[in-house]
Amino acid sequence: MHGTLRAAIPERHLRTDRWWLPPAATAAGLLAFVVYSTWRAFSNADYYDAPYVSPFYSPCLAENCEPMRDGPNWALVGTWWGLSPAILILILPLGFRLTCYYYRKAYYRGFWASPPACAVPEPRQKYTGETRFPLIMQNIHRYFFYAAMLVASILTYDTVLAFRDEHYEWGHMGLGTVVFLANAVLLWMYTLSCHSCRHIVGGRLKHFSKHPVRYKLWGWVGKLNARHAKLAWYSLISVALADLYVYLLAIGAFDDPTIF
Amino acid sequence: MSYQAHFKVWRGDAEGGGLRDFTVEVNEGEVVLDIIHRLQATQAPDLAVRWNCKAGKCGSCSAEINGRPRLLCMTRMSVFEESETITVTPMRAFPVMRDLVTDVSFNYAKAREIPAFVPPAELGPGEYRMAQQDVERSQEFRKCIECFLCQDTCHVVRDFEENKAAFAGPRFLMRVAELDMHPLDAADEAGIDRKRTAQEEHGLGYCNITKCCTEVCPEGIRITDNALIPLKERAVDRKYDPLVWLGNKIRRRGQ
Amino acid sequence: MTQVERQAWDVVVVGAGGAGLRAAIAAREQGMRTAVICKSLFGKAHTVMAEGGIAASMGNVNEGDNWQVHFRDTMRGGKFLNHWRMAELHAREAPDRVWELETWGALFDRTADGRISQRNFGGHEYPRLAHVGDRTGLELIRTLQQKIVSLQQEDEREFGDHEARLKVFQECTVTRVLKEAGPAGGDGARVAGVFGYERESGRFFVIEAPSVVLATGGIGKSFKVTSNSWEYTGDGHALALLAGAPLINMEFVQFHPTGMVWPPSVKGILVTESVRGDGGVLRNSEGKRFMFDYIPEVFKDKYALTEEEGDRWYEDPDNNRRPPELLPRDEVARAINAEVKAGRGSPHGGVFLDVSTRMPAETIKRRLPSMHHQFKELADVDITAEPMEVGPTCHYVMGGVEVDPDTAAATGVPGLFAAGEVAGGMHGSNRLGGNSLSDLLVFGRRAGLYAARHAADVGADRPVVAAADAAAAEAEALRPFSAEEASAGPAGGPVENPYTLHQELQQAMNDLVGIIRRHEEMAEALHRLAGLRARARRAGVEGHRQFNPGWHLALDLRNMLLVSECVARAALERTESRGGHTRDDHPAMDRAWRTVNLQCRLATEEAQAAEPVGGAANGPVGVGDTGLAGGAASGAEPVAEPGLGGLVSDQSGQIALARKATPPIRPDLLQLFERDELVKYLTDEELSR
Repeated sequence: MHGTLRAAIPERHLRTDRWWLPPAATAAGLLAFVVYSTWRAFSNADYYDAPYVSPFYSPCLAENCEPMRDGPNWALVGTWWGLSPAILILILPLGFRLTCYYYRKAYYRGFWASPPACAVPEPRQKYTGETRFPLIMQNIHRYFFYAAMLVASILTYDTVLAFRDEHYEWGHMGLGTVVFLANAVLLWMYTLSCHSCRHIVGGRLKHFSKHPVRYKLWGWVGKLNARHAKLAWYSLISVALADLYVYLLAIGAFDDPTIF
Repeated sequence: MSYQAHFKVWRGDAEGGGLRDFTVEVNEGEVVLDIIHRLQATQAPDLAVRWNCKAGKCGSCSAEINGRPRLLCMTRMSVFEESETITVTPMRAFPVMRDLVTDVSFNYAKAREIPAFVPPAELGPGEYRMAQQDVERSQEFRKCIECFLCQDTCHVVRDFEENKAAFAGPRFLMRVAELDMHPLDAADEAGIDRKRTAQEEHGLGYCNITKCCTEVCPEGIRITDNALIPLKERAVDRKYDPLVWLGNKIRRRGQ
Repeated sequence: MTQVERQAWDVVVVGAGGAGLRAAIAAREQGMRTAVICKSLFGKAHTVMAEGGIAASMGNVNEGDNWQVHFRDTMRGGKFLNHWRMAELHAREAPDRVWELETWGALFDRTADGRISQRNFGGHEYPRLAHVGDRTGLELIRTLQQKIVSLQQEDEREFGDHEARLKVFQECTVTRVLKEAGPAGGDGARVAGVFGYERESGRFFVIEAPSVVLATGGIGKSFKVTSNSWEYTGDGHALALLAGAPLINMEFVQFHPTGMVWPPSVKGILVTESVRGDGGVLRNSEGKRFMFDYIPEVFKDKYALTEEEGDRWYEDPDNNRRPPELLPRDEVARAINAEVKAGRGSPHGGVFLDVSTRMPAETIKRRLPSMHHQFKELADVDITAEPMEVGPTCHYVMGGVEVDPDTAAATGVPGLFAAGEVAGGMHGSNRLGGNSLSDLLVFGRRAGLYAARHAADVGADRPVVAAADAAAAEAEALRPFSAEEASAGPAGGPVENPYTLHQELQQAMNDLVGIIRRHEEMAEALHRLAGLRARARRAGVEGHRQFNPGWHLALDLRNMLLVSECVARAALERTESRGGHTRDDHPAMDRAWRTVNLQCRLATEEAQAAEPVGGAANGPVGVGDTGLAGGAASGAEPVAEPGLGGLVSDQSGQIALARKATPPIRPDLLQLFERDELVKYLTDEELSR
């Protein structure tokens, strides 16, 4: 009774707009960050300039860390670790962002072309999505969310420490403090806007009316969540800028302008 | 006010077909469906198109305009340049019947695979009490007009016909979410685990949340953020989160 | 003649809107094998366009509400022409029908204490409409659709086949109700099934069934400016006529006061009454809230006479009277019409409907989301910032198949039932907003129930469709492909384009039998209809039967011409103004007409002799052929297919009109009204009973 054939349209797609632009821009942006962060993470240098520690190296968990007074360096890993200590900790934010529901969309589209854009076909023969290894691992996103909360807390602690001057005197603030403050705020907003967070806070409930506090929280997280993609980019840029700022201070490109 | 527009409309059936050129009058305030109707009335009386309410409420006139899945009645001609050639094709993910009409029975088959609402045994008609904030999530999903544009645009089935058997598609995964969030659905008591079956029977894992369903939804339902991802998280609760599993175990023992 | 496919079911429901689906559920729950036939896809019915809500006196918002109050409002709205028993059943059963929807998964908006929220609407004394934002019709259809799927899932578990006892034949059109053959095939012959075609393939089919429920909706596509979709071609009305069942109240056509007037392509699309229920006001080009000038005498004590009082009512309905924007639809439509005629209209020929100055933008978006969306998308108007332009649009036909109130059985054709808009009587001369969705549910269920019982009673003695009738129906349906022959025949003329004919029909009805009517214009309309009828026989189409919209329209023309003639004839006959029937030449309501229902039948020579129509100056009663069921080919001039009724005689018409006394209202129901009010409506004779 019903035909089983699709309409014979030889063109792979008929989109006339610049559909390739968003995935290309996404890919370029992510690629730029990957290149920069890889260089910085492996460089194992120029990541501390009192009182600022690069967010890539915080907390610093190896023996070979630069000493940071009151800073988050705890030598959980012994001297056998010869690589950059950044790698130890960056696993967590990397994992958080890699399994993030927004970044998944971004890199599936930008790097995998799965799909490159809506109604533009995929360049492959078979697709199983997130049904099997390794992509089924995306389901552990919430654990990375818990870890990301920890990391964000430590970066907040770093921001508190940034209210010192280079002699560790409290009650001071430099341009770096502002950069750290902005970065901490954006990181928290990104972390809390996470879809897993929204679920844990209240989304999993069946009856909001029986949990008024969690319903309120869910509402707030929902508002942030609507901006998750933007926050993902802003916080990605802010974390790179914070690192770049510390790097520039550390190599002596300029002195941190003091505000008070 | 009015001008002559250039259209390419796909005409044919399952046997084959192609894009046909038309030059047709366009007046102020018209939508693409008006132009298709003008073609029917003046140039191609047997041009097949499915439509009904002409107000974006019934979801019948789904097709693709310049390669993008859209409702013909909700696409205003004013969004195009007068010089632009407008291409209208049937939805690609479904078998074509004729011209712009496709066989959407895939969707009706999928609808039948989702277990229906289970009324709570202890409540009779008129005894249901639900708070507004508890029904709002499911109400958003019930705005769906079943135009099936999300099913058409979703690359899981659009690009891979063989996935149709295993994947319910955004519309019907959203239906699972709607029922799972219904404050009085008694599926648990009936032995139906909607969270688990979303993953195991309706193919939630195929979704890679690339959001084309949300982009295309004429009702503006946030399918991905409000239905699919929450459903994925609910499936995680059941299948991939040892903490939740442990918590439930302990709580059950405590009772 | 090819052999058409035949299937046997117990109950056939024609139409899959609210009434059809509810009937199907009821019939299936009685254990009958039920087939639903619909022109669109399953779930796309016109019911989705209903926005405001379902009227049911649950009393969730105001405890003062009960079925008696609802009954009273309904009778007032219909100007006492309603069949009292239908209005009573409707008011009594509506709450149960709404609550039942919840058990099938419907999610209505809630009150603070968790019950179904109810909103105000024109003509309803209390907040009464269960609603979901402004997409209540969609919720209704989806819920019924999902209930049907759940019944099919049950059957799948039991029989391994989803469609064992309930099947939806989507995108199929029924062109004839078939009756049993042979000597019994005359008057009073039983229904035997339906003849139709698949729109997709053009293939014909016969479904044999002892019970047929008509639930095809309305006739709006006969008018140019209408809120109705293409499906509303009066199919059920025509099927009933052709099967020998009468229609009543066809002169009453509701023009919804607020349809979009711009852009042209969406002219007529509905702007929900909840815009006014929630605070929207009507203004003319001078900025005046003109409705205060149009409160009719019978409603003077029920509506606010000042803007201040009207505004207070939204917050404090117990101590203030409602604003006149919420008068029954016919009053508002006439008022808008008058303002526009007086030159105080908006730029595109409507008036202004404004919510933007009445509520904050966020409230508008929350309470009227689909209106906000509709204007944004279709007219590029932001209703939170500027007023809408609105004008009357053909919306609903009160008239329809004359039915028994309790069983929804059509008069004189055993096995034929009708529910929803296609049935007449429930709404009298004017329907209140919100009473349609409840009507669908209450009488849809009743029709399904009694259709199932009828089918069960028939048992093994099932009526049989005669091969000749099926063949005649097939020939009729194929006629547009051989228009050249008709063109060359005795009634020759050029082959006609069905689209052109349809446009001319719509224009004629809109201009001549529209919101305000005059004797001369309606006579002219009948004249034009006769011309169109002759030309429609030469309506020709090209191509093949597979999904051919031109062909479909050519077939639908028969139905539209039949119902249009009913409307025009009945409107010409009724020399008063009442509800959805406004005569310029008879502007007042006449109590004497309250006791009269106008009944339309397919004209036969016997009928003409037996039932002369009295009353006003009136063209000759139509002479035509007998219906298909009648079986006998009449001697009337050119008959295209032997045995087929309908499109035969040109000038004289196909419809015979008869006056029928309205049934007296039960005394205990009359006592629900003050005598002061009754004297406005009832004749002295009725009052003294």
